[in-house]
Amino acid sequence: MTAVVLRRGRFSIRVERRTLVVSVVALVVIAGLALLGLCHGAVWASPAKVFAALTGAGGDSGVVIRQWRLPRVLAAVVFGAALGVAGAIFQGVTRNPLGSPEVIGLDAGAYTGALVVLTVLSGSSAQLITGSVLGGLVAATLVYLLSRSGGLSGLRLVVIGIAVNAMLTAVNSWIVLRAELEVAIAAVGWSAGSLNGLGWDDVGVPFVVLGVLLVFLAARSRDAQQAGLGREVAVATGVGLERLRLELVLIGVGCTATVTAVAGPIAFIALAAPQIGRRVAAAPGVPMLPAALTGAVLLLGTDLLAQVLLAPVPLPAGVVSTAVGGSYLIWLLARKVGRA
Amino acid sequence: MTRLTARDLTLRYDDRVVSTRLSLDVPDGAFTAIVGPNACGKSTLLRAFVRLLRPSAGAVQLDGRAVSTYPNKELARALGFLPQEPVAPEDVRVRALVARGRFPHQSLLSTWSEEDERSVAEAMEAAGVADLADRPVHELSGGQRQRVWVALVLAQRTTHLLLDEPTSFLDIAHQYQLLELLARLRDQGRTVIAVLHDINQACRYADHVVAMRDGQIVAEGAPARVVDAALITKVFELPCVVVPDPVTGTPMVVPAL
Repeated sequence: MTAVVLRRGRFSIRVERRTLVVSVVALVVIAGLALLGLCHGAVWASPAKVFAALTGAGGDSGVVIRQWRLPRVLAAVVFGAALGVAGAIFQGVTRNPLGSPEVIGLDAGAYTGALVVLTVLSGSSAQLITGSVLGGLVAATLVYLLSRSGGLSGLRLVVIGIAVNAMLTAVNSWIVLRAELEVAIAAVGWSAGSLNGLGWDDVGVPFVVLGVLLVFLAARSRDAQQAGLGREVAVATGVGLERLRLELVLIGVGCTATVTAVAGPIAFIALAAPQIGRRVAAAPGVPMLPAALTGAVLLLGTDLLAQVLLAPVPLPAGVVSTAVGGSYLIWLLARKVGRA
Repeated sequence: MTRLTARDLTLRYDDRVVSTRLSLDVPDGAFTAIVGPNACGKSTLLRAFVRLLRPSAGAVQLDGRAVSTYPNKELARALGFLPQEPVAPEDVRVRALVARGRFPHQSLLSTWSEEDERSVAEAMEAAGVADLADRPVHELSGGQRQRVWVALVLAQRTTHLLLDEPTSFLDIAHQYQLLELLARLRDQGRTVIAVLHDINQACRYADHVVAMRDGQIVAEGAPARVVDAALITKVFELPCVVVPDPVTGTPMVVPAL
């Protein structure tokens, strides 16, 4: 396997050629899907119109593209990448491809937090994100404490996570049933996980939060990769493992919860993106960059599919991703249990 | 001279105390073998040296400074450690795995210097895995895989090499191949500390033998000076005679059951 090395003075970087090629291809695919997303809508806009709109021209259709379609497409890219890395983080920490945030109850926990904010405080965007993150952290702590005797790895944590997920889902249903009608309707619609109707007002704060989290993650991704060698080798080669794990879990919960706060729980992306990315990039461990790029491709594609399938009735992206993801989860479980 | 020392260690896993008031000076530039029966605390001592286990009393010191005060990467540039059964990530190739040994020398802005490249090539050469560089690790035999892990530790370029039962899962030819490699590294000036199962191999290759039982050091010193039938009987509860190894003249334990 060949690598590309760049060196200048004390600065040096090395990238596997395959990772580089795959990343460029993924970026091209993302750009293509994004363009398709900007063209598609109640009225089809030609790519020429889209480019005109992006430069600020194009009259009414330009406003539609800039104000309605662009935030949604960008949200699909950023949220997809955030979900992808969240999946990579938790699958890496648990060293198990099933140890994904939506499987171990973090989405459900974030949703609980958001529901509480929604019913009690009626919630601004920032409050919703805070509530989601706190809910996600409570869920993560719960799973950790319950599975601690088995260590932070293995099927045990995943099984306990599935149980916590079921409990939190029940709590969520209870909150929705007790809520006032308007809140309940909004909450149920939201629970499917959807990018429908997202505007600039909705995505501003989440973009900033996710941007900061992804920068922190980029700075720690080498350590995370080294941690994939197992506790003993990681510590012996200079990884501060306890602190790294804590930071990664906080970043992962932050990513999952922020997306959930805005778009609801979108299943499957965090579960599948890291594994697909890993296989496509033929990279060892659960690498972050392929997971992020694959996540963006998946969510963009899923959201487009959701818009087209029952058009003109908009389908939540979460419904499509759950249908596809459910099949993947069954396959993964069958393979894991077969092996165990 | 001893750069690496253990002073009055108490080592425990939760409630189970393994060692109390354990002290050891590791001679520099020598091959030290730690021997003893199963569960005598020899691996535990090794783990305390590399901070995988925090002593509940006492301290491990490197150059007069407690290892607990070292920054992670600085300690990893001085002490290399090979655990008993390391697990390679899925799909990793030999060169990429050995390159992970360079981690403590790298930073966010320097992920692959010329020195990194040189060290990895030299480490693979020394461990005899240069011709396997592009092979997936999971396709290799147990002996080849163990040499790849040794290469990873060598790429770390540490003065000290600590190995936990490095020969355990190898056939006899590969065991001696690995011990010869460790002896060569010692000859090049490195300090080697290995937990070994086979007392005869320890006598043959080590300059300094540390015999442990029940978490305590029973005897230590040059093999010819400390290894005799009385010691083996005391440490392993094995009646035996000790004769000179016909090839090297070092002590050789022959069970007398």
